[in-house]
Amino acid sequence: MPVDKETVIALYREMVRIRACEESFVEPILSREIRCPVHLCTGQEAVAAGVCAALEKKDYIFGNHRSHGHYLAKGGGMREMVAEVYCRETGCSRGRGGSMHLIDPSIGMMGSAPIVAGTIPLALGAALAASIRNDGRVAVSFFGDGATGEGVLCESLNFAALKKLPILFVCENNFYSTHLPIDEIRVSRRIYELGIPFGEQSHRVDGNDVLEVHRAARKAVDLCRKGKGPVFLECLTYRMHGHVGPDDNIQGTHTDIRPPAEIEKWRKKDPIRKLERHILKKRVASKSELKEIQVQAEKEVLDAHDFARSSAFPKGEELNLYVYKE
Amino acid sequence: MSIKNRRLTYSLAINEALHQTMERDDSVILIGQGVKSPWYVGNTAQGLIKKFGEQRVIDTPVSENAMTGAAMGASLAGMRAVVVHPRMDFMLYAFDPIVNEAANWYYMNGGRISVPVVFWGVINRGGEQAAQHSQALHAMFSHAPGLKVVMPATAYDAKGLMVAAIEDDNPVVFVDDRRLYNTEDDVPEELYSVPIGKGIVRREGKDVSVIASSSMVGEALEAASILERSGVDAEVVDLRTVKPLDIALIRKSVRKTGRAVIADPGWRTCGLAAEVAAVIAEDDPGCLKSPIRRVTLPDIPAPASRSLEEKYYINSKHIVDAVTQSAGVNIPL
Repeated sequence: MPVDKETVIALYREMVRIRACEESFVEPILSREIRCPVHLCTGQEAVAAGVCAALEKKDYIFGNHRSHGHYLAKGGGMREMVAEVYCRETGCSRGRGGSMHLIDPSIGMMGSAPIVAGTIPLALGAALAASIRNDGRVAVSFFGDGATGEGVLCESLNFAALKKLPILFVCENNFYSTHLPIDEIRVSRRIYELGIPFGEQSHRVDGNDVLEVHRAARKAVDLCRKGKGPVFLECLTYRMHGHVGPDDNIQGTHTDIRPPAEIEKWRKKDPIRKLERHILKKRVASKSELKEIQVQAEKEVLDAHDFARSSAFPKGEELNLYVYKE
Repeated sequence: MSIKNRRLTYSLAINEALHQTMERDDSVILIGQGVKSPWYVGNTAQGLIKKFGEQRVIDTPVSENAMTGAAMGASLAGMRAVVVHPRMDFMLYAFDPIVNEAANWYYMNGGRISVPVVFWGVINRGGEQAAQHSQALHAMFSHAPGLKVVMPATAYDAKGLMVAAIEDDNPVVFVDDRRLYNTEDDVPEELYSVPIGKGIVRREGKDVSVIASSSMVGEALEAASILERSGVDAEVVDLRTVKPLDIALIRKSVRKTGRAVIADPGWRTCGLAAEVAAVIAEDDPGCLKSPIRRVTLPDIPAPASRSLEEKYYINSKHIVDAVTQSAGVNIPL
């Protein structure tokens, strides 16, 4: 399945935006200007970009603790996301959620939550709603390799297959469940095989190859829309920072125990560099055109931080707002 | 509007609430284990599949966590889902979607999206069913901000509170008791709702307030008639909703009578009765003529053997005892 030039450039732009935004958080986190837990997705941009580009606005996605990329790629506003990470009233969750609770129902980003696997059944339910209404929507659940240890994943795989629901299970396998390497949490590394006993189409792709992710996602979404879902997609990828915050081995603040050689190996597989090489080789765009995209992304990021920093914190007297909808 | 009252059982009142709300609103769905089987849900779901189809009335695998989460997810995506747990003991598997996700979703997303879902759990006490088939867990759910918890004591309220729970834009835990399924009440045929957050005085009295929930309301009324024969005039307050509590009603009653006995079918420690006691104590302890008394299950798991069940469960006799202690009178039973 060929990917047209516009889409290739759009994928590049999306990954560059996500990367620029993620890296922009490092400094304000270190200076404690940003205090909520921030789980950076640097290195994993291709999954969010590749999958979300296969979706329509009306489709639903559900994220997890590491969902900046999902939110942005689905079309969430960067200003509102950055403001949320700063816990400001102008944030997408009005400063009540922080980095781990990103939402914009108007573009189908239905929410994210750090309870591992907690949003998988929510995506299942959204797919059920779409199936009952027969409205052609597809739901995507993004989760990590750590979530494969949760029973609710198997419950959800079973029910989705049983009812042929339009849901795409996207496992971003970054080989670490917080501090634990995958071999210490599972006997088999082949996560995509989890879907097979339930009779689901299950595939594994290079999660750092955005074109491969995108092609697989398009195929999967197409199947789901035709009533031939669900589909399980395992994307092999790697996060370039520690589990939470900008922490890495160089910084040495001890939440990241990964071998430096391994990190180096994955740095060479950077998804943005990979697509860049493809674009230049195939002459999809020139170096200067790509540079322009990077400059635009940096600008957008700076603007978002300015917006966030100049925004007010939620008012103390409004602590009790939003407990119940009146 | 004519209200044709007729007698209806508690379980059929729930059934009628489901029929009427599903008829009125295509987005209402029922999902859960056993909706096809009277063995699971009595007659509360009868006729629903025939009328609304298996798309909207969904019997499920035994997967409480995923099914409860799916009900919530469907509600985020525009449905109004009711998920039934025919024994609420199994709801503990669904604590994450109920307490972590649904209860918090509206708040932690700054009010961007609400969760109109009903978590329906049935208490199945007695019958030598032992510790995992008999639990009343309403207090656990009442602890979590963002949830509403209702416990109908009558057939009228069973229908009205189910309708209200479905209509509510927030997650509501609807707790009924299978023991009440055959009790009858006047139930209007038309669709109506009972306001969530409002209790009701079931019997006016001046000597003592018996504040009760769920199956304890009937026991409290029975206790009141026993007490009446001995000249004690008990007021019976039915909480109807246990979260948020109708604090004003509780305080008004206790200020009037000066005595409070709280009867709740749950456990004692950190239970509903403890909360009601605190609500009274924080108001005006000076209005109390005697200490508050709680009638609750002991902090003991439910036993199987009938000889132990007899000691374990509470009824009107325990309420009468508590009232006589509270009022300092001696009533021969």
